[in-house]
Amino acid sequence: MSTQSHSLVMLRRSSKHIARNPTSVFNAVLMPIVIMLMFVYMFGDAFNVGVDYIDYATPGLMLLAVCYGLGSTATAVNSDMTKGIINRFKVMDVSRGAVLTGHVVASVLTNLVAIAALVGVAFLLGFSPSASLLDWLAVAGVIMLLAFAAGWFTVALGLSAKSPETAGMAAVPLVLLPFFSSAIVPAEKMGPGLRQFAEYQPFTPIIETLRGLLNGVPAAGDVIPALAWCVGIALIGYLWARSTFTKRA
Amino acid sequence: MTTSAIAVSGLRKAYKDKVVLDGIDFDVRAGTVFSLLGPNGAGKTTTVNVLTTLMKADGGTVRVAGHDVATEAKAVRAAIGVTGQFAAVDELLTGQENLRLMVDLSRMPAKDGQRIVTELLERFELTEYARKPVSTYSGGMRRKLDLAMTLVGNPRIIFLDEPTTGLDPRSRHTMWSIIRALVADGVTVFLTTQYLEEADQLADRIAVLDQGRLVAQGTPDELKRQVPGTHVRLRFTAVAELDAAARVLTNSTPDREALTLRVPSDGGTKSLRALLDRLDEYSLSAEECSVHTPDLDDVFLALTGHTTEAAK
Repeated sequence: MSTQSHSLVMLRRSSKHIARNPTSVFNAVLMPIVIMLMFVYMFGDAFNVGVDYIDYATPGLMLLAVCYGLGSTATAVNSDMTKGIINRFKVMDVSRGAVLTGHVVASVLTNLVAIAALVGVAFLLGFSPSASLLDWLAVAGVIMLLAFAAGWFTVALGLSAKSPETAGMAAVPLVLLPFFSSAIVPAEKMGPGLRQFAEYQPFTPIIETLRGLLNGVPAAGDVIPALAWCVGIALIGYLWARSTFTKRA
Repeated sequence: MTTSAIAVSGLRKAYKDKVVLDGIDFDVRAGTVFSLLGPNGAGKTTTVNVLTTLMKADGGTVRVAGHDVATEAKAVRAAIGVTGQFAAVDELLTGQENLRLMVDLSRMPAKDGQRIVTELLERFELTEYARKPVSTYSGGMRRKLDLAMTLVGNPRIIFLDEPTTGLDPRSRHTMWSIIRALVADGVTVFLTTQYLEEADQLADRIAVLDQGRLVAQGTPDELKRQVPGTHVRLRFTAVAELDAAARVLTNSTPDREALTLRVPSDGGTKSLRALLDRLDEYSLSAEECSVHTPDLDDVFLALTGHTTEAAK
């Protein structure tokens, strides 16, 4: 049987896992919406960002939604490694490609569902982007690329962790990183040190690219680093996952 | 075509500087049950991992179903089924979905899939729980499902790594009868266990593994001949009493330091009564009386001179 059809079987399995675990559904889909409501209603008026806060925050929250889905992916990958089922797959000649791709694709699909829900709620809250259909397609493309990169990186994290619990913990920095970017407030409003960190960390150009696509024209100075970061993270994640898988299983 | 299902010679494996398997040889005839008996840490799981292509050996040759595990791993994998020490089931899926997953990953035509799943659920008495998530299953049910998953694809050689460790006696007996039924179908079974009784019940041949070496190999009867049988142990308060009892009870073995006397017996009430009557007759009384059936510790003591504890 080909790797491709094995990948499909594994994807079906991973999707069932996510859908049946209330914690993962909550973290991936509901949590970003809760955070959006919190920021828009509680803090939004306090931040002066020059435009409607919902228009400013939605692109950043989209990225946050990608990150929130990752914890359960790391845990799921690690469970596969530590609970013996991986040996069964290996004896059945299921390739590592199929096992890992199943997790990555399921993670990307979860991200897309979460972001669709988030954007839906954003529209209810008055989100009014000026994006054309083409811009929206570009937004979807950037998000898919980011989700794919973060997915491989998280799979690698999950593979390297000792237990499912530590795997979940390993993904926490990814969940916190968006707060130290221009997702919630513009980087120039942050204090020294934090401000430089926010300007140079990978999520800021990605968010600025999304923001540009949704509310006007993105600056090439954001788009190029954004794409470079995504490709770089995907590559590192993929290679790291591959070598860890070979070592561990 | 050889009748050897598994042929192992000079198998060696070390983790860094710790030698786990130190040159082991054995041969398993097709259609028989071979049991690898040993305490925790003896190297049983490592042996299974090498034989099932999950781990590479450092030295020696291993042929399974006529194929070399190092160079023809794919052919070996196509012929075997493995049930590991920890139930390799998917907790978030139902029993039925777990079996379906195995069907989808195996090389069988899709139209046979549903029939195979239904048959296996029935055979392992899991039909009632087929639609329940495995996280709600008991330990015994998990092991049954695990074995059912191994049987998808109809492997001719099955590896079972401690299939009954941690099971209650009833589930253990169920597992035994399932294994016997497999053998009746002509399947070759390679079984590891910590329990002498299990090896005795199921195996045609037993090999005893101790610190990476095979210390004995043979049929259960051959091995048991080397091990003290069931006996009664009597403990006395004084050496004089012990000696007196040793004189009246023929075939008994005194241990003057522990003040105990070992008397061969089948442990039944009849022979116990006879033994106690005989003590009475000579007005002797023991401080303590216990019936002892041979276990892995006795096998180890008899074969290696040390107990399983020392082997760790």
